[in-house]
Amino acid sequence: MSQRPLELVCPAGTPAALRAAVDAGADAVYLGFRDETNARNFPGLNFDRTELQEGLTYAHDRGCKVSVAVNTFPAAGNPGPWRSAVDAAADLGADAIILADIGLLDYTTRHYPEMRRHLSVQASASNIEAIRFYHEAFGVKRVVLPRVLTLAEIAALNAQTPVETQVFAFGGMCVMAEGRCALSSYVTGRSPNMDGVCSPASHVHFQQEGNKLVSRLGEFTVNVFLDGEPAGYPTLCKGRFITEGRASYLFEEPTSLNVIDMLPQLMAAGVTALKIEGRQRGRAYVAQVVAAFRHAVDAASRGEAVPQPDLAALTEGLRDTSGVYSKTWQ
Amino acid sequence: MNHAETGMSRLTLGPVLFNWPAETTRDFYFRIADEAPVGIVYLGEVVCSKRSAFFEPYLPEVVDRLERAGKEVVYSTLALITSERDMAEVRAVTARTDVRVEANDVAGAAMLAGRPHAIGPFVNIYNESTLAYFVGKGATRVVLPAELPARSLAVLAKAAEGTDLEVQVFGRLPLAISARCHHARSRNLRKVSCQYVCADDPDGMDVETLDYEPFLAVNGTQTMSHASVNLVHELDALQEMGIGGFRLWPHSIDMCAVARVFRDVLDGRQESQAAEARLAELVDFAPFSNGFYHGREGAAWVTAPAPSPDVSSGSVLESF
Repeated sequence: MSQRPLELVCPAGTPAALRAAVDAGADAVYLGFRDETNARNFPGLNFDRTELQEGLTYAHDRGCKVSVAVNTFPAAGNPGPWRSAVDAAADLGADAIILADIGLLDYTTRHYPEMRRHLSVQASASNIEAIRFYHEAFGVKRVVLPRVLTLAEIAALNAQTPVETQVFAFGGMCVMAEGRCALSSYVTGRSPNMDGVCSPASHVHFQQEGNKLVSRLGEFTVNVFLDGEPAGYPTLCKGRFITEGRASYLFEEPTSLNVIDMLPQLMAAGVTALKIEGRQRGRAYVAQVVAAFRHAVDAASRGEAVPQPDLAALTEGLRDTSGVYSKTWQ
Repeated sequence: MNHAETGMSRLTLGPVLFNWPAETTRDFYFRIADEAPVGIVYLGEVVCSKRSAFFEPYLPEVVDRLERAGKEVVYSTLALITSERDMAEVRAVTARTDVRVEANDVAGAAMLAGRPHAIGPFVNIYNESTLAYFVGKGATRVVLPAELPARSLAVLAKAAEGTDLEVQVFGRLPLAISARCHHARSRNLRKVSCQYVCADDPDGMDVETLDYEPFLAVNGTQTMSHASVNLVHELDALQEMGIGGFRLWPHSIDMCAVARVFRDVLDGRQESQAAEARLAELVDFAPFSNGFYHGREGAAWVTAPAPSPDVSSGSVLESF
């Protein structure tokens, strides 16, 4: 029996990645402007106004929706860049704006009541009352759920709300509740909430010390690799630290999320959309992951066995897990 | 309103973030009631609902003792609400109309809308539009996020128009919260079967880098700074901006003495340099930091410019 397929929402860090995602079968892509107004404010990424316009045409011609993320928290005394981003997204005809800040949600609701509003994961709406609030106050149609919930909790939320939910399906994974983490700014002065960056490359240093490769973020050592050990990017919460004399991946191993083995369960839980993370990724990565999920989502919607492509080469630390949606992960 | 001029600066004691034995917590608050020069005391579990039941039996006598000592009591609520248990706990507190409540999640704020309440530092208020939204819903007191720099604090203070703003000025900073219990994980346990190992570390479990540099502290599902924030040198500037509330986070040290130091500086009875030296004697678990305030990495300790009687501490503001 066929069920409504999960919507596949894919990252577009660049115009090339946008085209790759659309061509590979994305139902929607999400992107941001080239400044601090979005949570992937990395050098060389994102869109200007003209590129967005071209991207919208390319996607819309092929039946793909485009959401614009304006999902950092506007700086006090300087709302201009964030409001301009919302204005531009609305003017150019984006299909949805992804927001986190309540003041900016308020602005968007007043000025563009017809514009579809999604709640960014950065707003960390993790329970029914929070979702109800964003729905009633700002007409939010979809909530990107923070990755703090079990599958059972997600199902319970969906049973209680008309708001669509979107969950993280593949890619980098926050260990902490999103939008409520100041670890990066504690170490680098640059934060996801204010600057749209976490553990920014500008503060990363790799140093060979004898037979060890040391990775540092700011002044602090995040990991040490012996010769031959694959060295990962020093995202703070994926580092190795010492507690009570013992070194471990205290917060999380360098692993990626991959829910491709649980699509039927996510459908049964009432989830509307899957989010592929990775606006910082190249178009080849995007094409491969999106194509794999396109096949899997279509198979799941037809009630067929879901193909399990080997995406290990694309995952952080060459490992992936769907375990985060179970109680045992906690 | 400039609180410095009207003498309205209030020292507050944030909720105990750690899992202390209930009797220890009770005795701690008795002493606070009797000796600490703080105007507001926040009570309640913010980090993990698995801990909440332990202190509940002692709550009435603690509230009574604090109120009889002239302290205003505010009930703090959970920062991360995911389970039914979490939600039930927050609903129960926010349903009470006889007490003041601090919301630490948007859910709590929504349930408190329409009557006076406080918004805690775990709700993201980064700008004047968001502040105005919450004030419009009845927030009369707002505790600002830890990572805000002075220039944001100044803008918010100007925009607050009578709503009391509070800044975290002492203690390890809560930096992150997770669904996962890292305290349990460090002992190869899980949150569901955690054996309450967080109780072993009254000021958080030390986290070091692989080269043994003190780095963070883990408190159950919460990750905190290793350093203790200390804005004793910035109190004058904060008051000039119009910030009227100064939050001390409880630690297992002599918090009455800590409060007296801050009170003395606020009242002009002690210079901040002497106060820093006294606080360094009291804080035996970590160095100080004030980087967030100065727009730097939070772990940084920015030392005051060379003392000069002519330069007021408002110089931080003037440099923007």
